[in-house]
Amino acid sequence: MNWFTKTFTSTIGRKVIVALTGLFLCLFLVVHLLGNLQLLANDGGKSFNTYAKFMAESPLIRVVSIGNFAFILLHIIQSVILTMQNRQARPVQYAIVASNASWASRNMGFLGSFILLFIVGHLSQFWWQAKFGAMPTIAIDGVQMKDLYLVVHKAFQNPFIVVFYVLAMGFIGFHLSHGFQSAFQTLGLNHVKYTPLIQKLGLAFCILIPLGYAVIPVMMYLRSM
Amino acid sequence: MNLTLKVWRQKNANSKGELKTYHVKDISPDMSFLEMFDVLNEELLLKGEDPIAFDHDCREGICGMCSMYINGHPHGPEQTTTCQLHMRSFKDGDTIVVEPWRAKAFPVVKDLVVDRSAFDRIIQAGGYISVNTGNAPDANEIPISKEVADAAFNAATCIGCGACVAACKNASAMLFVSAKVAQLSMLPQGQIERKRRVEQMVAKMDEEGFGACTNTGACAAECPKEISLANIAILNREYLIAKATSEYV
Repeated sequence: MNWFTKTFTSTIGRKVIVALTGLFLCLFLVVHLLGNLQLLANDGGKSFNTYAKFMAESPLIRVVSIGNFAFILLHIIQSVILTMQNRQARPVQYAIVASNASWASRNMGFLGSFILLFIVGHLSQFWWQAKFGAMPTIAIDGVQMKDLYLVVHKAFQNPFIVVFYVLAMGFIGFHLSHGFQSAFQTLGLNHVKYTPLIQKLGLAFCILIPLGYAVIPVMMYLRSM
Repeated sequence: MNLTLKVWRQKNANSKGELKTYHVKDISPDMSFLEMFDVLNEELLLKGEDPIAFDHDCREGICGMCSMYINGHPHGPEQTTTCQLHMRSFKDGDTIVVEPWRAKAFPVVKDLVVDRSAFDRIIQAGGYISVNTGNAPDANEIPISKEVADAAFNAATCIGCGACVAACKNASAMLFVSAKVAQLSMLPQGQIERKRRVEQMVAKMDEEGFGACTNTGACAAECPKEISLANIAILNREYLIAKATSEYV
């Protein structure tokens, strides 16, 4: 193995990959939320559909979205490898464990698995549908485009889907409550001046971002009633 | 105090162990946890039974030999070493479960004794500095700022007991390795091997089969010497910089 592969197959190297991809996914969460909040614009889907058309056609977004999928995959693969290594590091379990660590930090794998389940459901419901499915169309300002707003609107009339989405956002919130700060620690960024700020930012991030997402299905459901 | 103890008994490295129940009577609350075990062992000897093997040496909280996992905590409920844990931390009638450190890299030798030589091999891989032989240099010959000296000293207080590994859900040794790497990387004497040290110590740590840190903080919360998690960030930083810039391919 050369130095590069040695670095990124070491425990710290793998952790760094998880941290970097995780932080990228945090950035994605912000951008995705800002775009999706247009669903609440109350304009019959005009701004959201125009935005969705731009996202689907922009070559830059295409590159970023491929990167995004790759990073999700890399985040999962490295986490799974690390988890397996960590399990092997303790072949005989304790009879009694009284951990003082936060619940989220001890259950990132469980939280992440549920989030993956959510991502698969979410993508097959909207992304796959918009890309390959039979979509209703709408004319906005004389331009014919896919009416993704209508698909979302219909989906969020189902209370079970709304509950699933809100629940998933809770899982993402807990995952972020540990993951956000943890990523900085893994990258070696722990400093008396900056760590308190990172922790406060992490707390705000893990509450506000999932809350912002959860508002969308809830509001759309309430409006459709 | 009268107590019920459930202690891990294992004949040797290859045999299968189990928790065995013992009752101890008239224990003084001022005894240390190890003294309570001495009383139990004397009783076992009088009965002609095999006494419980456990590690201990200085009994002053500085050598890092004692290594009992008590009621789900390495070194028990107080943030100190087992030898400095006193029976007043328990209540009369309590049931106390005592297990050895659990890690693939710390195999059980007998009962509560585990082989922690993996730590020694990590130190051998890079936990040293180069010095000239000859006369002892003058004290304070090399100026070091108070802040750096304090931080390095705090890291240096690690006694290598392995409580961090025992507490970590991943049996990770990163708090131990980070304390050693951080201490030496901060001081001028540690600069000669700085990059090589962190590369080799991390490689050895992985090779020994310790897990990876998931930043839960369980280690720092249990460390009898209160080694800070900030050291692990220093370790990560030192490792990445060394890997990116060292001359070793």
